[in-house]
Amino acid sequence: MTKPLIKIEDLSLGFTAKGGRQGPILRGVSLELAAGETLGIVGESGSGKSTVALAMMGYLKSGLSVFGGRVVFDGRDMFALSEKDRARLRGGAIALIPQNAGQALTPTLRIGQQIDEALRLHADLNAAQRADRVVELLARVRLPSPADMAQRYPHELSGGQQQRAAVAMALAGNAKALLLDEPTTGLDVTTQAHILEFLRTLAREVGVAMIYVSHDMGVIARVADRVAVMYAGQLAEEGPTRDVLRAPKHPYTRGLLASIPRLEEPGLPASMPGTPPAVGSELTGCAFADRCPIVQGDCRSAVPDLVRMNASQVRCLHADMPDMPRPRTHREPDIQTTLALALSDVAISYTKPGLLDRLFKRPVKTPTVERVDFALKKGETLGLVGESGSGKSTILRAVAGLVGTQAGSVTLGKGESLSMPVSRRDRETLRRVQMIFQNADASLNPRQTIAEILGAPLRLYHGMKGAEAQARAEELLEAVRLPARYLSRFPGQLSGGEKQRVGVARAFAANPEVTLCDEVTSALDVSVQAAALALLTRLQRENGSSYIFVSHDLAVVRAVSDRVAVLYQGRVCEIGPAAAVYAPPYHPYTQTLMGAVLEPDPDVAPKLLADDVTEKSPPASGCPFQRRCPRRIGKVCDTIVPPEREMADGHVIHCHLDAETLDEKPQKVPQMQPRKLAEMVGG
Amino acid sequence: MPSLILRRIGFAAFTIAFVSMIMFAAVEALPGNVCTSFLQRFAQGPRLERCIEQQGLDRPALVRYGEWVSGAVQGDFGYSLKKRKPINELIRERFRNTALLGGIAALIAIPLAIFLGIVAGVRRDRPLDLSLSGAAMLAMTIPEFVTATALIYVFAITLQWFPAVTILPPNAGLMQMLPNIVLPVLVLSAVLIAHIMRMMRASVIDVMTSDYVQMARLKGVPERQIIRKHVVPNAMIPALNVIALTIAWLLAGVVVVEKVFNYPGLGTLMIQAIFDRDLPLVQAIALIFSVIYVGVNLLADLAALALDPRLRRKGH
Repeated sequence: MTKPLIKIEDLSLGFTAKGGRQGPILRGVSLELAAGETLGIVGESGSGKSTVALAMMGYLKSGLSVFGGRVVFDGRDMFALSEKDRARLRGGAIALIPQNAGQALTPTLRIGQQIDEALRLHADLNAAQRADRVVELLARVRLPSPADMAQRYPHELSGGQQQRAAVAMALAGNAKALLLDEPTTGLDVTTQAHILEFLRTLAREVGVAMIYVSHDMGVIARVADRVAVMYAGQLAEEGPTRDVLRAPKHPYTRGLLASIPRLEEPGLPASMPGTPPAVGSELTGCAFADRCPIVQGDCRSAVPDLVRMNASQVRCLHADMPDMPRPRTHREPDIQTTLALALSDVAISYTKPGLLDRLFKRPVKTPTVERVDFALKKGETLGLVGESGSGKSTILRAVAGLVGTQAGSVTLGKGESLSMPVSRRDRETLRRVQMIFQNADASLNPRQTIAEILGAPLRLYHGMKGAEAQARAEELLEAVRLPARYLSRFPGQLSGGEKQRVGVARAFAANPEVTLCDEVTSALDVSVQAAALALLTRLQRENGSSYIFVSHDLAVVRAVSDRVAVLYQGRVCEIGPAAAVYAPPYHPYTQTLMGAVLEPDPDVAPKLLADDVTEKSPPASGCPFQRRCPRRIGKVCDTIVPPEREMADGHVIHCHLDAETLDEKPQKVPQMQPRKLAEMVGG
Repeated sequence: MPSLILRRIGFAAFTIAFVSMIMFAAVEALPGNVCTSFLQRFAQGPRLERCIEQQGLDRPALVRYGEWVSGAVQGDFGYSLKKRKPINELIRERFRNTALLGGIAALIAIPLAIFLGIVAGVRRDRPLDLSLSGAAMLAMTIPEFVTATALIYVFAITLQWFPAVTILPPNAGLMQMLPNIVLPVLVLSAVLIAHIMRMMRASVIDVMTSDYVQMARLKGVPERQIIRKHVVPNAMIPALNVIALTIAWLLAGVVVVEKVFNYPGLGTLMIQAIFDRDLPLVQAIALIFSVIYVGVNLLADLAALALDPRLRRKGH
């Protein structure tokens, strides 16, 4: 075997608490990576995956120190090098592509200046050569008009373009290894799929080794040759991607895979009970024992070793035991015939025409959301999917009264209007519509105890006080599967999943008729997400509340929704029963979205149908998807609003193509004209 | 870009116009008029009539406001009641003295405070930072008249290096002024430095923990270059507003400090004018202060525009 490019030997590192107690974050991690190979590191938050990756560059976040072991990169011990020698390697032979390029690019420096800085440090070129090389690098990452891009500031690029610029910067020093820390997290699915395909090609072209850190099995399946699954600072399992994803051996890997919602499998994924051990705690047995369905007595007596099984390594004493079945549970919604909510021809605009605009009779801006029309029955869940800017959250905010509607009507069950803002709604109306926010962290007051947080809606809507409120709050916590002792805690003392449960309990304290769920699981780990989805489903059966469930994740929406609406640029493209929307015939946009979804399966390639262009505002007339549509017919798409085509039982597609044509297989991706592309990214 | 600058300048001009209206209206709203409040119990007979004629109070308020503004734009602020002189004659030299005092204080304090703030932020929680931050805290808590008294005691009375108060003929030259401004400048800069340094330190610390600074480190950029190219320009942006606000404070601080040191500046003149109920003079000085205030904020806005490309977008 050839000498590995990166070799991590028994690396332990962590923080040292006051009094000298060591809190390990990595516990004896050993990994090898050959030149040109791609290693995926997966794990949930707190598993130490990013820490391992940064350690490969000899970088520790502040407060951390190495307890033992070493990292050898290209024959050099990274932690034994002088700071100067390490700096010479960083950004040169081993370069980082950061998670959030938007924040990792310095806002006051032009893209070209930042790439030039890397070149100056790691390449022996004069100023003119460097300027040429900057443009060459930007062209290599396939950015349109690279010379112009070099002159732009980071905020003038879209999210996908920023990520490409970060890749160009990483390539400046002729890297042998690229470290990718969740580089596509936070990007839209279509953008993510395009960037991943680009990175795959790049790895092949340049022959560079890649370490790809992600929490997303679908992403790892697409890019990695080998996968390392991290749990509690240890490797739980390591092996060839196909082996690990197709035949996982560690119960944690199996649980993780089972908790991922899948596009083609309706129903709720199986959740994993419990939480991982706290970061920095001491281990006396298997770290996964408390959550393991096949746990045995000997699991708790000593920390299991990593054992080789075929091409893989597994840290489990009982990896040969058959796994417990983890069935998907099917939702059994109790949908009544009575209406809970109706939106009729709703339009929403964030910009009101100002005094000057009216004075000079400037043309009114196209509304952000338009022609939204749907009804929600009691006990039903409507999923809203779409990429960022699709208007899905805006619609929720309008129902909640946080943003005004420009036209159309929003009404509750018996026709009570919801057109007034939240500040002018009466108490009963407020009670009937509740919202659960994406970021539980930001939506819970950090200075209030859970009892106070839950007490507020109980007092406000039900007049409960003292012991009565206390008893009800305990019931609510029990309903979201949290112990009653949590009442005296503050949000800061809870984990992300627990906080989201409190957010759910607070919404249900009002006993709402309509619950608005805004990306409620996006910030959660998959295993926690599965539990949260199961919780929402159970509460709906018990309370008969109707949900509007907003998410960018098609598989999650499929798992919890009875009906689904696909939105693009604030207009409905397709709406209907979940099973019908997720099967042909598709709206071209639905098809594009579905094609870009990454399944945790190494043998499924995404089908990229349209360019990943970020559109800043909806087109003034015609079909919202006209500029990116792979099946565009012609001028009619630009000028005339597409008709509603009823496919079957309430399945409606807004498209100029007729039902038979829509049912046909998609054609090849038409090449976009460069002029049009430049127009869209906004010169 | 030029339209953005023009827009800010236009906005500043509008603010000054608005302030002048309020100041004029406030005096109009007082019971009686400029003359009755000045003359008090002597406000009767020919004395009052003469005053009213001289101040032109027999004409409508709108006309008088128009004259006041057009006069002020040309540097003519009218006629002082107490001193019986044109106001611009009274304030010309006072303005120079105050500008000298405030200008030198700002010129020393602002660059020094920015530098110290960067040093403290970069060396966060180390001994240097702790002593700088501690000193800043002290300088902020002690009122300037206390600092001034303490400095007078040490440097003027005990050491006798500088004069304790300014005793100079009215038309003293610059060189004669210089020894007199050392102590007032020290008092003013102490507070200026403290405020700006603390803001700059917090801002530097914030930027030092940002993703882009970590990224620069992982790019292999040497630490000095990180601070120069990635940290300082970004840390300056939020600090600019505080600098502008602190200079606004300087205007109020000048009044107190001038009084303590008996320094012949606009501040002492204003206090005197208030005691004399010489409203035209008070109005004139207040207008000058507000023009300086708005001007400084305008400069901070333009500097932010130069530093932060995100502000240069259209529609902002």
